[in-house]
Amino acid sequence: MDASESLAVAHHRSSRRKRMVSVLLLLPLVSYTAVFFLLPIGMMLYRAVSNPELIDAFPRTVQALNHRSFDRDADLPEETVFKALEQDFIKATSLGVIGDAARRLNYENSGYRSLIMTTARYYRKRTQTILQAGSARERLEAVDNRWTTPVLWRDFQRASPAYTPYYLLAALDLKQTPEGIERVPAHQRVNLDLTLRTLKIASIVSLSCLILGFPLAALMVKASRTIQIVLLLAVMLPFWTSLLARTSAWIVVLQEKGLLNTLLMRLGVIDQPIALIFNSIGVYIVMVHILLPFTVLPLYNVMKGIPSHYMRASESMGGHPIRGFFYVYLPLTLTGIGSGTLLTFIVAAGYYVTPTLVGSAREQMLGYYIAFYTNTTVNWGMASALGIVLIAGVLMVYLLAARLVGIRQIAGLR
Amino acid sequence: MAVFMMAPLLALVPISFSDSSFLSYPIHGWSLQWYERVFTPGPWLDSLRNSVLVGIASTLISTVLGTLAALAFARRNLPRATGILGVLISPMIIPPVISGLGMYFLFGKIGLTGTLSGLILAHTVLATPFVLISVAACLQGFDMTLLRAAAMLGASPTKAFMNVALPIISPGIISGALFAFMTSFDEIVVVLFVGGPSQRTLPRQMFDGIRDTIDPSIVAMSSFLLLLAIVGLVSTTWLAVRAQQASKGLSLPSTNK
Repeated sequence: MDASESLAVAHHRSSRRKRMVSVLLLLPLVSYTAVFFLLPIGMMLYRAVSNPELIDAFPRTVQALNHRSFDRDADLPEETVFKALEQDFIKATSLGVIGDAARRLNYENSGYRSLIMTTARYYRKRTQTILQAGSARERLEAVDNRWTTPVLWRDFQRASPAYTPYYLLAALDLKQTPEGIERVPAHQRVNLDLTLRTLKIASIVSLSCLILGFPLAALMVKASRTIQIVLLLAVMLPFWTSLLARTSAWIVVLQEKGLLNTLLMRLGVIDQPIALIFNSIGVYIVMVHILLPFTVLPLYNVMKGIPSHYMRASESMGGHPIRGFFYVYLPLTLTGIGSGTLLTFIVAAGYYVTPTLVGSAREQMLGYYIAFYTNTTVNWGMASALGIVLIAGVLMVYLLAARLVGIRQIAGLR
Repeated sequence: MAVFMMAPLLALVPISFSDSSFLSYPIHGWSLQWYERVFTPGPWLDSLRNSVLVGIASTLISTVLGTLAALAFARRNLPRATGILGVLISPMIIPPVISGLGMYFLFGKIGLTGTLSGLILAHTVLATPFVLISVAACLQGFDMTLLRAAAMLGASPTKAFMNVALPIISPGIISGALFAFMTSFDEIVVVLFVGGPSQRTLPRQMFDGIRDTIDPSIVAMSSFLLLLAIVGLVSTTWLAVRAQQASKGLSLPSTNK
């Protein structure tokens, strides 16, 4: 081995060792993010398709059902299935598991909850001995005659696999029927509207922020030192102030007997208070106020870097200032516009707290319903499916932004 | 524009000193009763204590994690660095409602829902990207040859880091830590998902207050938070100025471009 070769080997080794050090420095955060961020998101994705309720509550029935299928309307399962169902009801360890299954079946067709709960209460008082004599099917029919209708068993079987497309389809106002995938009845189509409303509010808010923020950022660069400081303060202070403090501030200003209404009435502009909050006006005003810094700061950073003699050069060559603006200044600010507006859009689309506090039922977005399904109706599958819709939208915009302006620029790094 | 941004915040302050329980102008008499209500032992002070506790703990963890990762990126020898950075800052991009829902599932499995440690772990996830970015931004101005110079003069890597790098990046670390604290201190969505009744944080207390009957004690607390924001803003601005000066004064002349 000659000298230059061993030098190359040594260099290779040392750069590998240096890279190992970097990897070790990065490892704690990567593992932390994997466990406490990526894993939770993975669990959410899993919840959107997982369907354990019927298997947990009726393991024997589901297994007995696996051996047959219901093609024809007149089909009913054989006696072994009814026997398994009785066993499941009697051996059920708690009503909670049965309740979860009842709620799950209810998604297929409302009314099944009462069927399951009545039957569960009936068998709770019985013991194994009653299963010895007579037909299980007749006993169940006596408790509730829906047990001998084919449609129930078709629904039961559709709700029983370990995984289901039900929630994801429902998030798009679709459902599975024996004839294939269909749209749900018109009066139940709410989720597509919800997604469109989320997109609409986020678009209006981020465009308003751009329209208001662009001149503001330009002024922050051009104006005299004092005005610069005042404007920077005006943008940064709300940014640092608690979200809920800002929300309560706007309630004080906008409510019926609030500052703005009082002022307008004193001035004689209006004779009656106008509704400025707990409706869409309130949501837009407060969201624009909260999100404006997200648009202004990236714009400001980009504009700060544009040498002022570019515009002078354009003018000295005979370009009208307006022409100079569109052909010289605006193109140079595009990365700022891109990252600022897209970031604002992403944050706005995920909003939950502000619309809850200052909006009416008509302004609630995906975030609200994700929380509603999680905490109020305990429908984790539906919450997760709507979560997937939101995350898909946000990731698309994030990737678009990463493509257009780069990850480091989104993060505010050079 | 400046009026639109500032006026609502400033409008809070006089009402917090009002002696009536209405949130409207004009104000007839003055009193400190709302501050008294907020700052005497009770739910408000408890929630403030919880928030400070969670904030400090998650700031400490996220500052360590974020600073180490920023140092790794500054060495510029990681494979797929941009992609990894994109994933590591994504808690900042992914809506908190999504993170909250996922953590609710995970914490439910491992018994962390309704615990302070759960909240601390959750807030650390959300706060770390801010530390990472802030320290990384500071390290951009850092001249890596300084560390080599220190090594040539006989310093061990640890010593070189403590005596050369740390003083220069400390403004970045401190302002990152401040950001991290504010992120946790102001966080409401994840708290709504994973916090129980005994982990009532200040934002949670305010959220419930605004939703039920908004009274001037919320306004008093908001004014206090406005004061905190001013402190935070002034200190980060000061740190940013210092960081600029530090990196200007301390790079080797030969590498100045």
